[in-house]
Amino acid sequence: MNIVVCMKQVPDSETRVKIGADGKSLDLSSVNFVINPHDEFAIEEAIRLKEKHGGEVTVLTLGPDRAENDIRKALAMGADKAVLLRTEGDFQGDVAIALAEQIKTMGSDLVLFGKQAIDEDSSQTAQLVAEYLDLPCVTVVVKLDADPAAKRLTAEREIEGGTEVVELPLPAVIGTQKGLNEPRLPNLKGIMAAKKKPLEKKEPVNQASKVETVGLELPPPRAAGKMVSQGLDGVPELVRLLHEEAKVI
Amino acid sequence: MAKFKGVDYYDIDTLLSEEERLTRDTVREFVDDQILPVIEEHTRNCTFPKNLVPKMAELGVFGANLPEEYGCAGMNNVSYGLIMQELERGDSGVRSFASVQGALVMYPIFAYGSEKQKKHWLPKLASGEKIGCFGLTEPDHGSDPGGMKTKAVKDGDHYVLNGAKMWITNGTIADISVVWAKLDGEVHGFLVEKDTPGFTAPEMKGKYSLRASVTSELVLQNVRIPAENILPNVKGLKGPLGCLTQARYGIAWGAIGSAMACYDASLNYALNRIQFDKPIASFQLVQEKLANMVTEITKGQLLVLQLGRLKDKGIMKFNQVSMAKRNNVDIALTIARVARDIHGANGITDEYPVIRHMLNLESVKTYEGTHDIHGLIIGQSITGIAAYA
Repeated sequence: MNIVVCMKQVPDSETRVKIGADGKSLDLSSVNFVINPHDEFAIEEAIRLKEKHGGEVTVLTLGPDRAENDIRKALAMGADKAVLLRTEGDFQGDVAIALAEQIKTMGSDLVLFGKQAIDEDSSQTAQLVAEYLDLPCVTVVVKLDADPAAKRLTAEREIEGGTEVVELPLPAVIGTQKGLNEPRLPNLKGIMAAKKKPLEKKEPVNQASKVETVGLELPPPRAAGKMVSQGLDGVPELVRLLHEEAKVI
Repeated sequence: MAKFKGVDYYDIDTLLSEEERLTRDTVREFVDDQILPVIEEHTRNCTFPKNLVPKMAELGVFGANLPEEYGCAGMNNVSYGLIMQELERGDSGVRSFASVQGALVMYPIFAYGSEKQKKHWLPKLASGEKIGCFGLTEPDHGSDPGGMKTKAVKDGDHYVLNGAKMWITNGTIADISVVWAKLDGEVHGFLVEKDTPGFTAPEMKGKYSLRASVTSELVLQNVRIPAENILPNVKGLKGPLGCLTQARYGIAWGAIGSAMACYDASLNYALNRIQFDKPIASFQLVQEKLANMVTEITKGQLLVLQLGRLKDKGIMKFNQVSMAKRNNVDIALTIARVARDIHGANGITDEYPVIRHMLNLESVKTYEGTHDIHGLIIGQSITGIAAYA
């Protein structure tokens, strides 16, 4: 199976983000970047499918040169090669179109995404790419079985209060969810091997997005807590406030 | 506790390659996931976390700077150093295990062994299938290894070894011991397999330091080993000393890891511990302690990084290793003691890592060439006068 994993580099979830001077983009100086955590499940699953069924795993990333760090990590985990659709500054084009146009040239049996990127939380790139490629798409997948000979996939997806089991033909687009697997750490031999694996850099197809970001705002700072009293004496007042002000009891 | 983010006051990361950073970050994550959750319990019970051996082997830390053809990762020496730094951020005892396996067992087999010995032992040691130890120090010969009493005598196609070794990390759990002994008055290395008749390795008890590491005696009474078990390509003290240079190189990096753990714990503690209605980090005396810590760590980081670059160029001198081992362990021990101080009474419990690092570093200061002996090595290199005796 030839598998493409779409991976995004995102700010570490512990980052305290700042809004840039233009008021509509993030100030990314002094930000620590990581592989989008949901994409790690996709990378791991792709490597496991390759280990089971053979084939090749290609990591596809749209982003600036700094994304190369995390691409190498994915290669060290066991992906075979990578393509970086190189951007400079804030990419104004349509990300899904850029990815889909690249995937069309790659002849893949399966395209894996994390179910969403934790930076913008749009949760739509996998679905849009599937639409542009005219392929079936299943998201929030927690179990995946492939039968490459029959060109079929069986997937389990999380739904409210339960699990849905679906079948679909290959090629297909899958969005992965936590629980699918436990992503491996790369080992040191993998890190050495990753240096020699091919990484192709090219310009993305840049078709203007119809959605424009016009502003970003941070949530309002959290107000200080209120100290009612200390010890048992405070209980009646606490109950009154929970009932009358907070209205939770 | 917040995830450890490293200590990098001088943007030293910009001096590291992508591969070196990825190596460091990978081992850092391994230490967070696998070592820190279990280390206090093992220290309390004085047990070695042996189940970490296959995990460290899978990660590839044993002999990581030795070539791929023998099952090793083939990394450069800066990456190797960063691995040691992160392991010792976990625990000096765990780092000691890896140092002994890689620098004191795999390295001598690699550097002084026959091709047959290398092909047989190195892949098994790299994969953790076999554990090794290094027998040089004796009860009466520590800083003075040249005076060793352990002897080897040729007897047909065998050697017969007699003597005793002490303070041997991994001894009791080792499958293979690199034993240094005098043959016709000259030091040679011998590979002694466990279960060889006459060879025993009782564990030494009662340690207050490196409690999560096995320390043993090696007792050799008429131990007959095949003649092919001699390390053929070295004779004289330069054999064991060459191994010690490798291990000390790793220790110089490792000590920085311990120091980072103590500094990181102290900074967090000082920011969260409230006295007189404010964090103790707001007091000048505490700030000075933290400032000294981060300054010494930064100097130590630059020292080992340049040492690693020299080693990768093949021009590192053993006396330069002495400077880094001596300085970095010394500052780490000082930092650990001050960290204990910042933690107040809490600093004496194993709820915080500082007392464990502090006690461990007392051993690290003494083993692999004491602080004082390394001072004399530096002294000899700058004056031309040996002052050991």
